[in-house]
Amino acid sequence: MSSGYFKIAGGTVYDPIHGVDGEVRDIWIRDGQIVEKPSDSNIRPDKTLDASGLVVMPGGVDMHCHIAGPKVNAARKMRPEQKRKAEKVVRTSNTRSGTMGSVPSTFATGYKYAGLGYTTAFDAAIPPLAARHVHEEFEDTPCLDKGFFVLMGNNHFVMESIHRKEPEKLRSFIAWLLGAAKGFTPKVVNPGGVEIWKQLPSGNVHGLDENVAHFDVTPRQIIEQIARAVDALKLPHSVHLHANNLGMPGNWITTLETMKTFGDSRGHLAHIQFHSYGGGEGDENTFNSKVVELVEYVNAHHNLTVDVGQVLFGETTTMTADGPLGYYLSNAFKSKWFSSDTEMESGCGIAPIEYRNTSLVHSLQWAIGLEWYLLAKDPWRVVMSTDHPNGGSFLAYPQIIQLLMDRTYRQDMLKQVHPAVLERSTLADLTREYSLYEICIITRSGPAKILGLTRKGHLGPGADADITIYTPNDDKTKMFELPRAVIKSGVVIVEHGEVREPLTGKLLYVAPEYDTSIESDIAEWFEKYYSIRFRNYPVPLDYLHDREEVACARL
Amino acid sequence: MATPPITKPIESPATVITDATCTFCGCVCDDIDITVKDNHITDAKRACVLGKSWFYGHAADDRPDCLIEGQPASVAEGVERAARILTEARYPIVYGLSDTTSEAQRVAVAIGDAIAGTVDTTTSVCHGPSGMAFQGVGEVTCTLGEVANRGDLIIFWGGNPAESHPRHFSKYSLMPKGMFVPNGRKDRTAVGVDVRKTKTAKAMDLFFQIKPRSDFEALWTLRALAKSVEVDPEQVKRDTGIELSRWQDLMDRMKAAKFGVILFGMGLTMTRGKHLNSEALLSLARDMNAFTRFVVKPMRGHGNVTGADNVVTWQTGYPFGVNMSRGYPRFNPGEYTTSDTLARGEADAALLVACDPMANFSQPARERLQSIPYIALDPKETPTTRSAAVAFTTATYGINTPGTVYRMDDVPIYLRPALSSTHPTDLEVLSAIHRRVTELKK
Amino acid sequence: MTERFILIPGRTSKQGCGVSEGKFDQVYQQEITTLQVAPADMKRMGLANGDRVRVTTESGRQIDVAVTAATGDELPPGLLFIAYGDLSSRLMDGDTHGSGMPTSKGLDVTMEKLS
Repeated sequence: MSSGYFKIAGGTVYDPIHGVDGEVRDIWIRDGQIVEKPSDSNIRPDKTLDASGLVVMPGGVDMHCHIAGPKVNAARKMRPEQKRKAEKVVRTSNTRSGTMGSVPSTFATGYKYAGLGYTTAFDAAIPPLAARHVHEEFEDTPCLDKGFFVLMGNNHFVMESIHRKEPEKLRSFIAWLLGAAKGFTPKVVNPGGVEIWKQLPSGNVHGLDENVAHFDVTPRQIIEQIARAVDALKLPHSVHLHANNLGMPGNWITTLETMKTFGDSRGHLAHIQFHSYGGGEGDENTFNSKVVELVEYVNAHHNLTVDVGQVLFGETTTMTADGPLGYYLSNAFKSKWFSSDTEMESGCGIAPIEYRNTSLVHSLQWAIGLEWYLLAKDPWRVVMSTDHPNGGSFLAYPQIIQLLMDRTYRQDMLKQVHPAVLERSTLADLTREYSLYEICIITRSGPAKILGLTRKGHLGPGADADITIYTPNDDKTKMFELPRAVIKSGVVIVEHGEVREPLTGKLLYVAPEYDTSIESDIAEWFEKYYSIRFRNYPVPLDYLHDREEVACARL
Repeated sequence: MATPPITKPIESPATVITDATCTFCGCVCDDIDITVKDNHITDAKRACVLGKSWFYGHAADDRPDCLIEGQPASVAEGVERAARILTEARYPIVYGLSDTTSEAQRVAVAIGDAIAGTVDTTTSVCHGPSGMAFQGVGEVTCTLGEVANRGDLIIFWGGNPAESHPRHFSKYSLMPKGMFVPNGRKDRTAVGVDVRKTKTAKAMDLFFQIKPRSDFEALWTLRALAKSVEVDPEQVKRDTGIELSRWQDLMDRMKAAKFGVILFGMGLTMTRGKHLNSEALLSLARDMNAFTRFVVKPMRGHGNVTGADNVVTWQTGYPFGVNMSRGYPRFNPGEYTTSDTLARGEADAALLVACDPMANFSQPARERLQSIPYIALDPKETPTTRSAAVAFTTATYGINTPGTVYRMDDVPIYLRPALSSTHPTDLEVLSAIHRRVTELKK
Repeated sequence: MTERFILIPGRTSKQGCGVSEGKFDQVYQQEITTLQVAPADMKRMGLANGDRVRVTTESGRQIDVAVTAATGDELPPGLLFIAYGDLSSRLMDGDTHGSGMPTSKGLDVTMEKLS
C-alpha cells in the first residue's frame, strides 16, 4: 500500500531561511513538495534515501545566466571551434546528445546544471519579441524550473511614457509586456545606451544624465521610473539592472550614482564586478578596485541586492543585450563579432573572450569579484554568479565555492595572477572564509528570496521538493562538482553524476494586473512601427507546457 | 511536449481568419486575412502572388495519408516501415525541415539523435555558406522592423526579391514610412548588385551589373575603399566589369548613410567562392560599423528554414550538417551535408521532411537517393514523394496546422490555420516514428 | 554552331507559384524547362523562340531544352538563365568542394542549336 511519501533520512541539513545550520534531520516529500512528517507514525515512506553523513541543501538557484533565446543561440552557432575540444555529451537511453564549450546546447545545459545540483535558473535578458523562441528552448532544457527577465530599458514605449511623464501608463505597459511574454521582471540593460548605438556608429551613453536623442529621456529617468513601477506592481522580484558603462575604468562612479538613483525602490544590480572599477576614463593602466566604496553603500542600503558576475581564467563567450559593449569587446580583442538590433526593444552583442591570469585587467576582475563576496556584510543580498557565460561557465561554481571557503586555496591562486592585484585591490588582506551555511545562502536561499520565489531555496513544508545532497569533502570543488543525488519536484533526477530522469521543469512567470485600456495605445504603436501584428505578439498560456504563475503581492 | 490543438472542420458560411501567416517565403507575412468557405480558401487578402498560390494551391485533397512502395497503406503501417528502414540503416540521414513547424523540427532532430544519424537541412544548399562565414567572422544584423524604421541605404546583392520575396519592398525594406525614415521610399536610396537586370534591378535607384562570378572581387574592392586602401582601377574594371569610380561612389554613399542595410541571396552562396563570398560581405558590414551603422540580412527562401537553423543549433550546437554516428554531434560541411552524403553514396537510408531533393539535387545525389530506401513527408506530390519507399501526405503547416515558425530575421511567429485537413500533421507522423524508433533501439 | 556561355539558374515568380500549384502541372513544368537567352545571342545563333538547344557543362553534363528570348536587356549577352528545377539540377556536379553547397549558379556551359 503506497503512502506516497519519500523520506530523506538523517542528513545534515542546511536551510538558512528557517535558520537551520547543519542540523541532522529528516526531510519528508509528497506529491513533489516538502511536507511535515506524517503525524501517524504507522505511515512508512515508499522510498528512503539514507543521507547520514551527507550534506542536504535546497536545490541551487541561478538567478542570472544566459541559457536560451536568440542571443544565446547565435553564440552557440558562432562557436563550433570550442565544441570540438570540449567534453562530449553522449546520448544515452534516456538523455539526448549535445555539445559543451562556453555555450552548451539546450539538453546539455539542463543536464549539467542538474549535475551540479541546480534546479532553478533564470535567463537574464530576453527581448519580448523573441519570447516564443525562449519558451521553445526552455522546453528542450530539462531538469530545471526556468524563467526569464524581459528587456525594457531601451524599449520605445517605455521611453515615450517616461518622457511624457505618464507613470500609470508605464506601469500598465510593463504589466502588459510581462504578461505578453510570460516573463518575470523588467530587465534594464545600459538604459538609453543601446538606443544611441542604433542611431550612431559606436553610439552609447556615458553618464546617467545624458540625453537619449529622439526620446529625450535620460538613463537616470529610465532606471528610476521602471524601479518605481515594479514596486508599485509589487512584482516578486525587483527591477534587474545592468548599469551603464559596464567594463570601463572609472565606472564605479556611474555605479554609485546608479545605486543612489534607486532611492527607496528595490533594485538588483547584476554582475556588479564589471561595474566596480576605479581608474582614469578609458585608461587601463590606472585600473583598480573600488569594491570597498561600493560595498559600503550596498551594506547600508537594504533595498539593493547584487549578483557578482565572477570572472574565471580561460576561454569563454561574452554575450549581452548591451549592443555597443559587444562591439567594444570585439574590437578590443580583435575577435569575431555578432550584433543584432531588435526593433523597438533592445540590442545584443556577442564576442569570444579569453581571461588570462597574466593580464592586469583580467586578474583585477577576478579579484574584484571575490572582494564583493568577502566584503559584503549581508550574504542574503550578494548572489553567486558568473553571469554565465560572460565571466565564465556555470560549471565553475564549485571552484568559486572553494575560493570562498578555503583561504589557502585562494591565496595560492592569488600568487598566480598579475601582481598588480596586490596593490590595486584588498583581496590579499581578506581572510574571511565562507561557511557552508553562507554558501547555501548565496547559491540558493538568497537568490530564491530575492526573486520572490517562496517555494524555492528552502526545505520547509510547502517548498518545492528540489533538494541537493552532497558528500562532504575538504576539497570543496570536488564536493560541489559531484552531488550524491539531486531531487527535483520529489523525483531523483541525478544520482552519482548520472541523469536518471530528465524532467522538463516548469516556466515561472508573472501576470500582474493592469488597466486594459492601455492596449489600444499599444495596438496603435504596433501598427505604426512593429513588423509583426499586435495580435500575434503575446504568448498565450496554452503555448506553455508546464507553468506556474508567481503571484504579485496584493496591490 | 505540448501538442498544438487540431482544427475542426469549418462549414459555411464564410469565415475570415485575420492576422494569419503565409509561410511560403522567408518574409513570413503575418497580416494575411484568409476567407474560408466550405473548407476552401476563397481569398487571401494582402498575400502576394506567391502567397496566393500557396493558399489556393493547398486545398483539401483525397490522396491517401500514406503510400508504401506507391500503394496506399495506413499511417501505422507506414510508421512501422519507416522506423525499420531507419533503425536498420548504417548511415541514415534526416534532411529537409524548412517547410514545417519548429515543433515538428524538434522531433525530427530527436529521431536523428535516436538513430545515430546525420541531420541536415535545406540550409546546406541555401545560406549554409553564409552560416559558415558567420562562424568565421560573426554577423551584424537586426530584425526587419529596424530596416523599416531606420534603413536609409538598402543594397540588394545577389538576389531578386521582386520575384522571390514580392512583399519585401513594401513591407520591410523600401516603402515603409519608418520612425527615422518618415517619407518612406523618398528617404531611401536603393542599390542593386547582380549579374542580370532583373525585376529587382528595375526598382533600384542605382544598379551595378557586375561580371558573373566576381562578387568576391567586388566586395573586397569595397572593403579596400572603406579602409582607404589603394586598389588598381584597371584590375577592378577587369575583375568586376564596373569602374572603380562607381564603386567609390557607392562607398561614399555607404559611409554617408545613417543605417545601411545589405540584403543578400543565392548569387553569393551558390556561385564560385560560396562561403568566401558571404564572408566578404559579412566582413564588409562589420568594417562599415566603424563609420556608421550597417547591418546585413541573408534573404531566406522558405517559411521556416530559419527555424530549422535555430532548432538544430539549440539541440545539437551546430546549425546544419550534423552527424551523430558516434553518439554526439559533430559538424562538418562538405562531410555531413546531404548533397555530399548522397552524391558520394554514403547515405543508405533517409528521412526527408518538407523538401524535394529529387527535383533540386545534383544527378549523382539523386541517383543515390533513388537507390536507397527513404521516407518522405510532404503535403503535395513531388518527384521526391513519387520514389519514396514510404510517403506520408501530411497537413500543410500554416494552412492546416498551427505551430511556430521563424521569420528570416529570427522573429518567431505562431501560425493561424484556416482549413481542416484529414491528413496527419508532420508532428504526429514524426512523433510516432520517434516512439517506434526508440522502442526498436532499446 | 557551339558557343560558350555562363548559366545562371534562379527563382522566378512562376516557378514559385508552380511549387504550390503542383510540380507536375503545366505552368511549373513550362517554366522550369525554358532557357532564357539574350536577344543578341539568339539572333547571332539563328535561334527563334521554341527552338531546342543542347547545353553541356565542363564536366559533360547535358540537357536539351527549348529557348526563349529574354525580355529587353534583362540578360546580358553571354549569360543564360533558367528557373530552378529538374533541368537545372541535371547540370550540377556532385562535388561541393567541401562547402556542402554544389555550384549551382555561374556554370560554364556550351550551347549548341539542335536541328
